[in-house]
Amino acid sequence: MADLTTAPDHGPAAGAHPVDHTHATATGVSNAKLAMWAFLGSECLLFGALISTYMLYRHRSVSGPVPHQLYDIPFTSVSSFVLLMSSLSMVLALSAIQRGDEQRCRVWLATTALLGATFISGQIYEFTTFIRRGMTIKTNVTSGAFFVLTGFHGVHVTLGIIMLLSLVGLSIRGKIPQSKAEVIEIAGLYWHFVDIVWVIIFTIIYLIP
Amino acid sequence: MALTATPELGSGAVRPAPRFFKRPRATTGVGSWFTSIDHKKIGILYGVTAFTFFLIGGFEALLIRLQLAQPNGKILTAAIYNQVFTMHGTTMVFLVIMPMSAAFFNYLVPLQIGARDVAFPRLNALGYWMFLLGGLFLYSSFVLGGMPNGGWFGYAPNTSMTYSPGHNLDFWIFGLLILGISSTIGSVNLIVTIINLRAPGMRLLRMPIFTWMTLISSFLLLFSLPIITVALFLIMFDRQWGTHFFDPLGGGDPVLWQHLFWLFGHPEVYILILPAMGMVSEVMPVFARKPLFGYPVMVFSGVAIAFMGFGVWVHHMFAVGLGPVATSAFSVSTMLIAVPTGVKIFNWLGTLWGGSLRFRTPLLFAIGFVIMFTVGGLSGVTHALVPADRQQTDTYYVVAHFHYVLFGGAILGIFAGIYYWYPKIFGQMLDERLGKWHFWVTLVGFNLTFGPFHILGLQGMPRRIYTYPKGMGWDFWNAVSTFGAFVIAAGTLIFLYNVRRTDKLRLPVPADPWDARTLEWITPCPTPEYNFLETPTVHSVDEFWHRKYTEDDNGRLVKVADSAQFIERLATEDDHIHMPSPSYYPLVAAIGLPIICYGQVYRLWAVSIVGLLVMISGFYAWAIEPGTEPPDPDELDGVGGGSHGAALELPAEGDQAELGRGEPVSVGAGAADAGPGPEPSASGSGGASGGGDPALPGGDTRGVGEAGFPGDPTLSVDDVDL
Repeated sequence: MADLTTAPDHGPAAGAHPVDHTHATATGVSNAKLAMWAFLGSECLLFGALISTYMLYRHRSVSGPVPHQLYDIPFTSVSSFVLLMSSLSMVLALSAIQRGDEQRCRVWLATTALLGATFISGQIYEFTTFIRRGMTIKTNVTSGAFFVLTGFHGVHVTLGIIMLLSLVGLSIRGKIPQSKAEVIEIAGLYWHFVDIVWVIIFTIIYLIP
Repeated sequence: MALTATPELGSGAVRPAPRFFKRPRATTGVGSWFTSIDHKKIGILYGVTAFTFFLIGGFEALLIRLQLAQPNGKILTAAIYNQVFTMHGTTMVFLVIMPMSAAFFNYLVPLQIGARDVAFPRLNALGYWMFLLGGLFLYSSFVLGGMPNGGWFGYAPNTSMTYSPGHNLDFWIFGLLILGISSTIGSVNLIVTIINLRAPGMRLLRMPIFTWMTLISSFLLLFSLPIITVALFLIMFDRQWGTHFFDPLGGGDPVLWQHLFWLFGHPEVYILILPAMGMVSEVMPVFARKPLFGYPVMVFSGVAIAFMGFGVWVHHMFAVGLGPVATSAFSVSTMLIAVPTGVKIFNWLGTLWGGSLRFRTPLLFAIGFVIMFTVGGLSGVTHALVPADRQQTDTYYVVAHFHYVLFGGAILGIFAGIYYWYPKIFGQMLDERLGKWHFWVTLVGFNLTFGPFHILGLQGMPRRIYTYPKGMGWDFWNAVSTFGAFVIAAGTLIFLYNVRRTDKLRLPVPADPWDARTLEWITPCPTPEYNFLETPTVHSVDEFWHRKYTEDDNGRLVKVADSAQFIERLATEDDHIHMPSPSYYPLVAAIGLPIICYGQVYRLWAVSIVGLLVMISGFYAWAIEPGTEPPDPDELDGVGGGSHGAALELPAEGDQAELGRGEPVSVGAGAADAGPGPEPSASGSGGASGGGDPALPGGDTRGVGEAGFPGDPTLSVDDVDL
């Protein structure tokens, strides 16, 4: 009745090894992972539009001060480094859960959240400094574009931190065993995406004169 | 794969998840509509809601036409007119055509690809509730100080606080943000569903054309909505936070709004038309009794339209003055996009050519679609010519163009779909005679309403004016147009009467009333909750048709089997079909969003924080509730025995086989035995995740190879991830 040779390639998922939690889907990629990739594709255009806005308004201010007069590049470089290191700890969390080490997975997830929180603290410090020195979101178009772009990124990092802490909570309740390592992987996709976006934002705002 | 569940998971299965109130179980009755995550019910909800908004948007259109029926109209004031035409456009685009398409996406896509539901049923419900609440949020402005009044395009700097004080536009901004989130959720869900949940054998180029157009529209939504989201946020910051993004005095550039808006807005018009094109492409082959002419070309021209749709937005801005290079480039790209569209039109003609046509209502609407859409397409090509466009910009000629493609195109296409799939969805057939009346009255009314706009536009009548003086030479055609609008209204009343009459008569329909071609028709009408009793295996495009017909040596059609032979029987208790459980939380999470937005409109942060808390608690409760509840103990007694119960529970809590069908007892017992230990073999996964086929022995190769695959939109991460 069923001629298996006509079936599409279901990928290796049907007989995958125990750690791999993918199900037999038409592509072999699990639904949740595919959904995250699709969502990140959409996010690319969100940040693309925000970055374009910033690029347009970089030199269009009619009154000061503008961000590049107030930057503290060494400070932001350090907080950028902290954020980049959080990608490393995210990978270590995934590696731990794939080996079945739930305890270590929680430690690395919490580390990632802490590093992310450090970055956000740095951003809050930077924002308050700027505002104290007379550059608010309404000061001029460049400051507006700056606050909106970095603010959107900050909200993304904050949501990521909430997600990581929720995962720690679920893991403590035993909801994320080795067989569900993909949950961590998918959270990691989001986290790495947010990091990569920061690399672009940092380059465009702080490094390009 | 359920057998890879670890012991921890197994024990977790027994422990009920903590919750605030009892999980809803009802799948019938009024209450079930609020908690349902069944893609068919959600599709019906989308359709009914969108049709209600269609009546509201149509009422607004009648007000506009009454006001413009004669010079110096006194029915509406200028201020009210601005609100009415803004809401007419916003309603028809965001609350009618988009959700009406979403209704068909939701209802049909899983059925057309042979799946039991979409990939993320609860996200699907969330998308619907956000759409409904977003629409109500927009219209709540009616009682809260006035509806949005900046046009559906919201051009800056007219939308700034200086020129548009009051909350009207704030409702527009936040309403569209809510609707955008809803559509993004829906598009992610549909993309995953179509890519991942296809039945065995359904390669991409065997998918029904409507499913293809759904996929393309979903990608368009996915990539265009974030752009309007950014634009709306920027205007929101301008209005409420005092930024200068679109304020020329502060260095801002109002043209940026136009770029962002039309970079979304042009893909948007393809989002509106591609689903209707898909429906028409499904209807024509059925009533011509011929395959769709050039199916792969139809698919590729759809993809080409989608790609090019991102490269033509400046043709909305030829009058802005972007310089000869930019306007020439976009003029050429606009002419080029007419090519794949023209390819589609010729393919429809090729489909009808030489077919044994049955002029039933769906085919009439489909033919009406092609002709009216071609008229609109031709006037569209004239807009590609920059000198001509400079003359036509902001005149009624443009209004004529987009009503020919959106009403003559999208709405007629959607009506073709409604008449065609009505028996599938409601199990009753709309009256043919009334349907034909509906078609002809609508077609005549449509051309009476919008045809004169071409003339008025070329005579120089500007758009968006609330009245005009005597002696401009516009009186006659405006009166004709208003008369036509009431003819359309009469046509719509015929449709409503037809629906009511059909509902009263309750005449049963055969399961395959049109002698159809695609998979959704092998399920009984109306579709049972679980869609397919047995996952179909697909061998060709138009799978159902090829099961019924073949060709002889001379290429003539030969019937080889009766459709009744392929229509699935209804499930019985013994089939043990276990569907995902209903849930309150999509509704709870969705309610938070408009509360947040009300807080932002009125700058009451406390209200926004309450909304945020409602939303977050909805999501957390959602995250910890399993996709499918283990069945009640009484139910288990009914189906006989502990080992079977374990077999049902394991995949449910391990969420491997949320939608997998229950196995025959022998297989179920095997799964229960193997449950505690990791069992990576393929045969194990086949047994546990629902390959057990009532018609076949449990160990059959089919059960092994397909491993419960298509009817198994598993939500493993959906359960813990937001």
